[in-house]
Amino acid sequence: MKRRQFNKAVAAAGVVSLANPFSIVRAQAQKLRVGVILPRSGVQGQIGQSCQMGAEIAPAVIKEMLGVDIEIMSADNESNVDTSRTRAERLIQEGAHVLVGAFDSGQTMSMAQVAEQRGIPHVVNIAAAPPLTEQGYKFVFRNFQTAPDIVREGLSLIGELFQATNTVPRSAVFMHVNDTFGQAMAKGIGGAMQRLTQLPFKIVDTISYDPAAKDLTVEVSKAKASNADFLLLVCRLNDAIILRREMVKQRWNPMGIVSPGSPGMYEEQFTKTLGKLADYCISNVPWYNANAPLTKVVEKAMAKRFPKEKLHFHGLNVGFTFEAILVAADAFKRARSTDPKTLADAIRQTNITSKMMLGGPIRFNAKGQVEGIGSACVQNLNQVPTVVLPASAAKAKPVFPMPGYKKA
Amino acid sequence: MTRAGIGLAALSLLLLVFPAFAGPYALSVATLILFFAYTGQAWNVMMGFAGQLSLGHSLYVGVGAYAAGALFFHYGIGPWLGLWLAIVLCVAFGLAIGFLAFRFGISGVYFALLTIAFAEFTRIGFDHLDWLGGPGGMFLKVAQRDAWDLANFRGPPLMYYYAILLLTAAAFAGCWLLLRSKAGYYWQAIREDEQAAQALGVNTFRWKMLAVAISSAMTAVSGVFFAFYYNNLFPEQIFHISRSIEIILGPVIGGIGTLFGPILGAAVLTLLSDGITEALAALGWEIPGIKQVFYGVVLLLVVMFLPHGIWPAVSRKMGIGR
Amino acid sequence: MSFDLVANVVVAGLFTGLVYGLMALGLSVIFGVVRVVNFAHGEMMTIAMYAVTVLFAAWKLDPFFAVLPAAAGFFVFGYLLQAGLINPFITRPEHSQFMLMVAVAIIMVNALLLAFGPDARNVQVDYQLESFEIGKILIDKARLYAALAAVGAAAALFAFFRFTLTGKAIRACADNYLGAKVVGLNVKRYYALTFGLGSACVAVAGCAMVLLVDVTPALGPYYTLLAFVIVIVGGLGSMTGALLGGVLIGVSEALAGLLIAPSAKSMFSFGLLIMVLLFRPQGLLGRKS
Repeated sequence: MKRRQFNKAVAAAGVVSLANPFSIVRAQAQKLRVGVILPRSGVQGQIGQSCQMGAEIAPAVIKEMLGVDIEIMSADNESNVDTSRTRAERLIQEGAHVLVGAFDSGQTMSMAQVAEQRGIPHVVNIAAAPPLTEQGYKFVFRNFQTAPDIVREGLSLIGELFQATNTVPRSAVFMHVNDTFGQAMAKGIGGAMQRLTQLPFKIVDTISYDPAAKDLTVEVSKAKASNADFLLLVCRLNDAIILRREMVKQRWNPMGIVSPGSPGMYEEQFTKTLGKLADYCISNVPWYNANAPLTKVVEKAMAKRFPKEKLHFHGLNVGFTFEAILVAADAFKRARSTDPKTLADAIRQTNITSKMMLGGPIRFNAKGQVEGIGSACVQNLNQVPTVVLPASAAKAKPVFPMPGYKKA
Repeated sequence: MTRAGIGLAALSLLLLVFPAFAGPYALSVATLILFFAYTGQAWNVMMGFAGQLSLGHSLYVGVGAYAAGALFFHYGIGPWLGLWLAIVLCVAFGLAIGFLAFRFGISGVYFALLTIAFAEFTRIGFDHLDWLGGPGGMFLKVAQRDAWDLANFRGPPLMYYYAILLLTAAAFAGCWLLLRSKAGYYWQAIREDEQAAQALGVNTFRWKMLAVAISSAMTAVSGVFFAFYYNNLFPEQIFHISRSIEIILGPVIGGIGTLFGPILGAAVLTLLSDGITEALAALGWEIPGIKQVFYGVVLLLVVMFLPHGIWPAVSRKMGIGR
Repeated sequence: MSFDLVANVVVAGLFTGLVYGLMALGLSVIFGVVRVVNFAHGEMMTIAMYAVTVLFAAWKLDPFFAVLPAAAGFFVFGYLLQAGLINPFITRPEHSQFMLMVAVAIIMVNALLLAFGPDARNVQVDYQLESFEIGKILIDKARLYAALAAVGAAAALFAFFRFTLTGKAIRACADNYLGAKVVGLNVKRYYALTFGLGSACVAVAGCAMVLLVDVTPALGPYYTLLAFVIVIVGGLGSMTGALLGGVLIGVSEALAGLLIAPSAKSMFSFGLLIMVLLFRPQGLLGRKS
């Protein structure tokens, strides 16, 4: 094209765009469509529904915070890996600009593959399996700890717990569910215990159990027979309840029940079902910072939208799901475009310091993983999961050993 | 050309050009349908042709998937070689089960329970095999998804669609030939009255074993496809009895023993379940889990009123033969 | 491995096994007489368990008092199920019967999931967390009571089949279908009665089981398989076999959990099933057919 023609073309384009002021307005009125895939039915239904609350309060809170419009497109993957994949395809086809999900590592993996293949950014809200950010994917980002992170943070918090309460337990019996998550944690703990020589205790026995088991008599008998000072537990909700009750039936009262990082004991159903028996159980998990301004905003939004639910029971699920959407919205604000590649690049540049969950700013490393997400030592006190460590975020002092502890 | 022939040609053409006008979502659903159609057809060989009810077919899918997956994960060996290991292992398993069952005179419900026991045993076993990833699962590395890399079976969803289409077509053709061969007639005899067949001098043991071998070999290939399409394998999911049931739903609803039944059944089931989800969403009914109840009801209705499956009824209406 | 540990585990396994035995008894009766593969057996027990939790939540009804209404209710349910749905299928090929019950099972499990959600439910009776101490052995109160209920129900069933006319008639139908018809028995009605009885059995087992285990919809398929394993190991058509099989499975799973890995417990049961199917398919106490 000759220069004169080119100039004319540019001028014409300029005139056209001037004559069409709506194009500018339209760009500002652009909405970010966030596809949220969660297990809202099936085996993990309760957790998925918990996470969903974080997604539903997001648009209003983010509009106030960042001034951008987002639209949540929800899909249920029915706790199933195949469905996760097809739902992801479906949401992308319906115009989702970014995906968020899915809590379970297998389900997250299958939607991540779809996202990567279609070049749509995927922000993982919760899923701990390391391979998710080891595949060399360019479009998958995770704002959650990996299993090794959880273990490292969890164990170091245990050390802090002993220091804070001036106790020196010498032995622990390690029980864990034999599923994806439990196994990853077990491997992590095995490795970490060798390196963390400043921890005063040794693991005297390891007992793995079937997550679907309804009867844990044998497992608890074995654990009790180990005469360990305390119970180190990686569990899920239903088995945690069974274990606690079985411990009472078998009259086993160790110094404490401590989870280096797993769901279960801080969940609402646990305290609702067990009542007083749920007290003093400790979970070292990524948690929200009760003093952060964003937390207060989210808490208010939740109280308004879901008056019957308390944030302290859903903190992890709601917090991380909300933060994942926040990452997407923040990138959208900076990128000023819904083009997937631009969004992905913007996400890579994320640096959010005002956040809700404990730990350093949200910044993705080269693999798409956020480093420095903190954990808290959360103890059930008066049937409310309460942060007792680190001291800066604590609302109460830790109780260890638990009352009723009988030296074997 | 017969009516059936024309119909088949038309369907084949449709499936071949389907990706041209279907979006990625429809393509992924179609791939899923074909996967279940193929696996159902493999199961159909054992049940529909030789009359042996296997309720643990997930065993072969799982073993096949893990065999090829492990070779790729640990040694970087591509799926074409992994395929052979998968087939050998699955046939070995199948023959072992078949031998144990037939030699000891186990049939009917007992045989079904035996297959379930083997699948469950293997599921729990694999959960404890760390070399294969244990319950944490095995994640296969995906090098790229843009170019058609047939050697490593990596590429865009389109490649997988055509691969499974080819497999299903080959299974269809293969079964058609089998039914017309000597094996097909012996199988029919065994299915209708095993004792009479034996009285006539048919070596029922040998022909039943053949059916088991073919069925398990075909299912092994399905497992290999699964491994390289989904790229993550968990014993809890792949060996689970619900998978075994998923596999047989297609042929049962479509028509056991027929050629087209498994394909029709798989299509009806997948489209129905997706359709129900969409319909519920459109009505604004957000009741998670109601889809499975509908599923069960449909299955119940088909079993009660169309005991031979949908295909025989449909084909009679359409005036086609088997 | 101390003796106390083993003893405690075995005792617990024994009692749990008795409850399993009662559940399997229901299946043995159904399978043995009507010859229908009730693949929805475990699901039926799960429904019974949920029913008990609902009764408990509403009226604080102890599961033991729920036994009579539950048994009665399930008797009717089983009777209707057989008479209405299953009867036409008796003459159909096995895989058809099977698929019918699979469909019923799928509907049951998912309806429960819809109605109650996936989280566990239970009853919280006062004696549930208490245990008796006999020397070094701790016997879980609830477990003991559950086992006693199971034995009681089984005894009642034995008596029924041994001493009542209906019971004998049902045994006749099981032993010889044609003969029973010749003698003038309304076999279809007895089949329905039997299914009702088997279901009532399952309901009582459910009342007992709910004291031991929290109920979730996923329990259904698990118990179905377990019931089949027990019935086959114990022996088809033998009621004592079902109880014995239950105890055997209960104790062996407990021991396997103790001596090998707890997460491999079920592997042992399936291994046992395979062995029995291959080497003694009539089961331990079954009759060679």
